[in-house]
This record gives sequence, structure tokens and C-alpha cells, in this order.
Amino acid sequence: MAVRVAETGDHLTASAGQATSEPGFLDRLRAFYLRSDAAKGYVLLSPVMITMVALLAAPLILLVLYSLWTQVGLHVDTAPTLQRYQEVLNKQSYVDIFWRSIGMSSLVTLVTVGLAYPMAYYVAFGVKRYKFIWLVLLTIPFWTSYLLRAFSWKIILGYNGVINSGLMSLGLIHEPLGFLLYNQTAVIITLAHAYAAFAILPIYVSLEKIDRTLLEAAADLGDGAWARFWRVTFPLSLPGVVGAAVLIFVPTTGDYVTPALVGGPTGQMIANIIQVQFLKIGDWPLGSALAISAMAGVAILVVLFVSAMQLAVRQIR
Amino acid sequence: MTKPVPEAKRMGDSGSGLLAFAIAYLLFLYVPVLFLPVFSFNDSIFVAFPLRGFTTRWYEQMFADQDMLNALVASLEVGGVVSIISTMLGLLGAKAVTRYRMPGQGAVTGMIMLPLFIPEIILGISLLILINGLNFQLTLVTVAIGHVMLCTPFAMAVLTSRLDGFDRSLEEASMDLGETPWMTFWRVTFPLAAPGIVSSLLLSFIVSFDEFLLSFFLSGLQPTLPVYIWSQLRFPNKLPGVLSLGALILISSCVLVFFAEWVRQLGTSGERKVGVA
Repeated sequence: MAVRVAETGDHLTASAGQATSEPGFLDRLRAFYLRSDAAKGYVLLSPVMITMVALLAAPLILLVLYSLWTQVGLHVDTAPTLQRYQEVLNKQSYVDIFWRSIGMSSLVTLVTVGLAYPMAYYVAFGVKRYKFIWLVLLTIPFWTSYLLRAFSWKIILGYNGVINSGLMSLGLIHEPLGFLLYNQTAVIITLAHAYAAFAILPIYVSLEKIDRTLLEAAADLGDGAWARFWRVTFPLSLPGVVGAAVLIFVPTTGDYVTPALVGGPTGQMIANIIQVQFLKIGDWPLGSALAISAMAGVAILVVLFVSAMQLAVRQIR
Repeated sequence: MTKPVPEAKRMGDSGSGLLAFAIAYLLFLYVPVLFLPVFSFNDSIFVAFPLRGFTTRWYEQMFADQDMLNALVASLEVGGVVSIISTMLGLLGAKAVTRYRMPGQGAVTGMIMLPLFIPEIILGISLLILINGLNFQLTLVTVAIGHVMLCTPFAMAVLTSRLDGFDRSLEEASMDLGETPWMTFWRVTFPLAAPGIVSSLLLSFIVSFDEFLLSFFLSGLQPTLPVYIWSQLRFPNKLPGVLSLGALILISSCVLVFFAEWVRQLGTSGERKVGVA
């Protein structure tokens, strides 16, 4: 008994001595933590980071892996191969649908940004009071159901829909116009409407940031309203325009709901054939390769577009 | 004092033309959606002019539909859980990026905001692959997992903008006066961030409640409301019911969004007033 007490006593004093004479690893870690902003920041940030790594980064890596595998019946062969990509690139209908999607979203982007610019300009420069009300009115559609906004165009453009029945009850046409729904134009109109709210905010922010004294200086130096706009306001707002364009172009190329609802056979886009591979045919490796090729294609086009715009801005300045 | 008058004249030259455009733009944004509530009260199974007369029977039919009610409950549950989790994650993240300077911060926030720039179909299939790889059953839990990934960037953006204009000396004063970090959080940080938190909860809830494509890929036998609506679109005789449901969803989300933005604005304008005084 006595020996044991002595032993534990010794142990206690020994550990106490160690703690006072030189700080242990944990103490040093604690001191580092208290001194370092970065460490404290990353500890606070870690729950979000872990969530996003687990739910975004890991799935995307898996998607890349899947695109290198092969579907054999119900079983997936994990020997890496680039064959799926060859299949995708060699199939003319996939390539056609890719370029068709790019063409349609480019048009949507052009229309949306073109319409949003004057709107954002008005809120930034024209609205003096109730600016908040305007901004909220313009952002409400951004938050409300995209599915329902796309769906409302289906009932507007439908064969017995709002436009056809409206025109017929006014006596302007005698039978429904068949070309309204289920084609590329219907997809472009619906997307332009559904994504309208995405374009306004970036453009508005870049217009709002412009130093008003620059405009005064231009006016003092004799520039008229148009010259002032083209030489000062527009170049300075281009970052917002480019941001808005990317923010619309990328999700619209990958849109599923609108082409599925109003596109018909000729208005299908990339997302529709990806969905078919995943939920109907069940060839996930091929679907993954399709998805990644499309994403890479879109990314290259976006980088080209953004660099071209940067060059253009430098030219104007 | 004389300068602003000619200034206003010179700058506000094209005001009325722009106002007309702005009003036309608002009409373009809102009128197409207004057809949902209009036809939801129309006494006809066809969505067509001329209107046949007023009825509430589509609403009655809808509320008698047990599948719809189940889907509604599912969406409310998922939205509630998701908004709380995303707002908690977003609050910690927003606090970290506004309070501390960290190496590599740009890259990390870039990764967190990435879901806003990736088409949802890609997010949907990659999560489906992950969940399949882990051998999880597709349930409302997997839907909620997907929604957390989608809503967290929104929550963090809303909360970061809220905490950005935040006077750090208030926290320091509280610490100097002897409060613990935890009490400082509850008595100083939390009340100041509260409008942002309310706004983030509401907006994450709406994003989750309205989200279709992720739920379409990640839901099993139990659909959320948008997935249920999608399944009903195939049946023409279900159309009026979908219209009334859609009208209700749109109107309630508009009210919630307006409230969320108002709460957010309320906080910042109050701060500005203090700053000016």
C-alpha cells in the first residue's frame, strides 16, 4: 500500500514539474491557437468546409472517377479507361445537342443581360426614393419557385393556352397557333424570364459602385449624356455585366426543367440527355462522361469569353 | 449648394423613358406568373380564355388530396431542418471570414460558393453517385443532405454581408468589461446578427422548399412538394389543382421573401442611422 502511494505521489510531482518547467505539446498548441488569427478562423470555418468537402468536392471527384469506369450490365468495372469520353465525342447527336445548348443559352444570356442593364441602370441612377422596394421587387422572382415560373410559360404558350385562347376569343385567329410551345424559341423565352432576376443584381452592384464624381468630371469636360455613358459608365460597369452573363450562361446550359417542360423533341438540352443516362438507361459512367465533357466545354467557353471581355475593356480605356 | 441643381438636371435627362422601361420590365417579370392565381379560380378544367366564372373548388380538391398533404409536410420538414443547419453552418463560416484573416481564405470561400455556379444537374448526379456508393437508401434524409449543400452558400452570403459592417469594438468592449466569450456572443454578437439570422433562415427555407431538381434525383418513395407537382404535370385533369397549389406557394414565398429582405434591410438601415448620428 505504502509503496503504491509513494509511487503515485512521485508520478504526480513528476508530471507537475514537467508542466511548470517546459510547456507540453497541448499548451503550446493552445498558445499558438490563441495567438493565431488563421487557426481560430479555420476552426470556426471547419464545419462549413467539412460539409462542403463531403457534399460537393467528394461527389464531384466520384463523378470524375465514374466517367473513367465501365458499366457492364448491373455491375461497374472500375478499370480506368477513356472509352466513355470517346463514345461521347464520337456520337454526333451528343455533340449537336451540346452546341445547340450553347447556342440557346448564349441567346438567353444576351436577351437577359440586355434587358436587365437598363433596369439596373434605372434603379442605380434614376430611383431616388423607395430604392429598397425596387430592389426587393426585382429579387423576389430569384427566390421563388423556378419550377412554377417555368410551368407558367407552359400554360401561356400551350396549344389551348393563354395566348392561343386569348387571341381566339378576341377573334384575331381562328385556330390555335401550333408553333408556340415545344420548340427552341419556347425554351429561350422561358429561360430568359426565369433567369431575369439573376442578371439585375450584379449589374446593379457594379453601377452603384461607380464614383459619381467621374461622371461630373466628364460632364464638366464637355461630354454629353451618351458620351458620358459610353466612355465612363459602361466600361466601369462591365465587370458586373460579365458577372451577370456568366451567372446566367452556366446554369442555363445545364438547365433541365425548362427544356423538359416546354422544349419538345427539338428543344432538348444537355441536362436532359444526362438525366436519361442516369435515371432511365442507367449507364452512369457514360452519363458522368457526358456531364464532365459538357462542363469542361462550358468552362473553356466561359474562360474565353471572360478574357475577351477583359481585352475589350482594356481597349476602351 | 448651387451645384446639385444643374447636376440633377444634367444627369437625370432620360429618366421618364427609363421609368417606362422599368415598369414594362416589372410587368414582364410578374404577369406570366400571375396566370397561375388567375386560372386557379377559373371554373373550368381547361386553362384557357374566356374565363368561365369564379370557383374555389380546385382549392377544396387540392386540400382533400392526401398525397399532396404528405408532400407538403415532407417539404416543410426538410425545409425546417435544412434552414436551421445551413444557417448554423453559415453563421460560423461568416463569423470566421469577417472576423479573422486567414491564408487561403479566397480559395475556401470560393469552394463554399461553388454550388451557385455549377448546374444543378451536375450537383444532383454527383450526390446520387455518392449516396449510392455509401449504400444509403434514398429518403427525405438524402434530400435534406442535398439541400444543405445548396442552401449553405446562400446562408453564408447573407450572413457575411450582415456581419461585414459589424463594429468589432463592441465585442472587444464586452470582453474588456469582463464577459466570457460565450456570453459576449449571446449578449452582443447574436443580437446584432439576429436580422441576418432571421433572413438567412427564411431564405434557406424558401430555397429548400422550392428546390426541385436535387430532390428529383435524391428523393425515394416520399416526394417533396415540387417533386409531387412535377409528377402531376403529366395529367391534364390534375392541372387546375396544380395551379391552385402553385398560386399558394408563389404567394406565400413572395410574402416570406419580402419579409426576409425587410428584416435584413431593417437591421442595416438602423446601423447606418447610428453611424450618421
